[in-house]
Amino acid sequence: MSTPIVVEGLTKRFGSFVAVSDVTFTAPAGAITALLGPSGSGKSTVLRMIAGLEEPTAGRILMGEEELTPKSVQERRVGFVFQHYALFRHMTVAENVAFGLRVRKEAKDVRDARVRELLELVHLDPFADRYPDQLSGGQRQRVALARALAPQPQVLLLDEPFGALDAKVRQDLRRWLDELHRELGVTSLLVTHDQEEALELANQVVVMHEGRIEQVGSPKEIYDEPTTAFVAGFVGSANVLHGEVVDGHVHLGSFRLPGADHLEEGSAAAAFVRPHDVRVSPGDGDTTAVVERIASLGWLARVTLRLADGDVVVAHVPNDELHGAAEGARVSVDLRNARAFEVPVGEEAGAGPVD
Amino acid sequence: MSTTAKRGARGGHAGILAACLLYVGLLLVLPLAGIVWTALKPGLHIVSDTLREPDVRHALLLTFQIAVITVLVTTFFGVIVAWVLVRQRFHGRSFLNALVDLPFALSPVTVGLACFVLFAPGGWLYPFFNARGIQINFALPSMVLVTIFICIPFTIREVVPVLEEIGLDEEDASRTLGASVWHTFRKVSLPNIRWAIAYGIALSTARAIGEIGAVLIVSGLIQGRTETATLFIFRAAEERQLPQAYVVALLLAAISIVLLLAIETFHHRQEREMHSA
Repeated sequence: MSTPIVVEGLTKRFGSFVAVSDVTFTAPAGAITALLGPSGSGKSTVLRMIAGLEEPTAGRILMGEEELTPKSVQERRVGFVFQHYALFRHMTVAENVAFGLRVRKEAKDVRDARVRELLELVHLDPFADRYPDQLSGGQRQRVALARALAPQPQVLLLDEPFGALDAKVRQDLRRWLDELHRELGVTSLLVTHDQEEALELANQVVVMHEGRIEQVGSPKEIYDEPTTAFVAGFVGSANVLHGEVVDGHVHLGSFRLPGADHLEEGSAAAAFVRPHDVRVSPGDGDTTAVVERIASLGWLARVTLRLADGDVVVAHVPNDELHGAAEGARVSVDLRNARAFEVPVGEEAGAGPVD
Repeated sequence: MSTTAKRGARGGHAGILAACLLYVGLLLVLPLAGIVWTALKPGLHIVSDTLREPDVRHALLLTFQIAVITVLVTTFFGVIVAWVLVRQRFHGRSFLNALVDLPFALSPVTVGLACFVLFAPGGWLYPFFNARGIQINFALPSMVLVTIFICIPFTIREVVPVLEEIGLDEEDASRTLGASVWHTFRKVSLPNIRWAIAYGIALSTARAIGEIGAVLIVSGLIQGRTETATLFIFRAAEERQLPQAYVVALLLAAISIVLLLAIETFHHRQEREMHSA
């Protein structure tokens, strides 16, 4: 029943500005694919082109075997959920959900049954006769989802669906959407700038940056095996250490990190190390650092370390592995799973503490 | 010290309030009260007597006709122009936007004269209509034309900000649900701007009924034929038929007050709906 979406060489120019540049990927049938990127990366434009709300400058969009590109929005049978709900403010919840069915001239009894079924699905059956302004943000977005699903779309497109909600509601809705998707299995594309959201919900993540695709992969691949410096810095948090490639290692003053075999000897490189890949042990080792600050985050501590050559590294250490380290103490540091990339010109990925 | 300062501030506050009330009272309420008082001084029978006069009846009917045609035309095209201004990006958009406000800036007398010259013998459009035996000047068509011109901005200026504020999301949502552009306009956009349209209609009606400058020039002031309610007041006052002039003026003032109430209501409704959802 569900269909994959195939995007081939999709490009969108607004005047001389290139919003989307040669984007190609496949969203597998029945899965959730996340388009992840910072604002202005072109991810929403890709989604709007798939829906037919924007016309591509070049490229093709296919839904299964069927070519979508020449079709109008109305013919595409996509469900679209907007960041700011976009509910029809002068219609009740039930009328909102029934809108797509009414347009398709469904019989009244079919329509009523379907509306009831969907409102139950989104747990809003007691709110059928309310108007959008009588609902909370989370409830509104559930109505919007029910409205999008009512005409049984082949694909569901979600444009930052939780972006306008506060943290707690966002968490709940995310879990709820996950369950709903397991139940319905409709091919879904989720646009988000929230990496946590993408990693938690998606089966596949497409990372976008400045209109281009940086990497396509499973959440695990994106997190553990970033293929570009941008992905390494954007997905999850990472310490960034700048050095020079010598002998397949990144040399950083007093010490060196492995994993730079693929880089040209002598070139400038940045090594990305996740805070949880930084181990701290007492005493002197190959690499030593001074503990500048220890902040407790409950079961783990965020330890700010200053290396001998002045670089600052943030470590996430479970409390029982602190080994009595205290602020001002000298400790031995082990940086694991470093990923080295050529230094992107004009870009500085900062050390990002995770919460 | 603080108490004196407070008292001083409060005193200043009261002073400003009093000045405002005096200003509004003198300039707005006093003339209105004057009209009511003077018009009804001879007794209430003067109202029915005046309304029985053929000239008065004709003038009121003519004003009504002009207002209805004007409102129909300016509302229909106003919504379209507003739509185009907000939803379309094209060269000359800011020029069109500025042009819409021209009637606000132009004196109605100038508008009247321009129209008159256009349709007078020797004018650009005279040969065309003369050949077909259609009289424009000194007749209903020119009076309607100038009134429409003057009322063009009202609906547009009310609808544009509402369309801007509401944004495109609801329309986009409607289209992804399979609705045609026309269906989207009727079922989604139109209900969202209905109070702005009503507001525009009320403003245009008030303006159309009150218009005199432009109509004065193109009408030729033919008693019983091209005389609107405002023109009747103008002539009656000149010819010392003051009681009749007062009664018609009173009637127009009453209509204005009703429209004013309507305008306020529509405005509030629109504000409320704009900030819902």
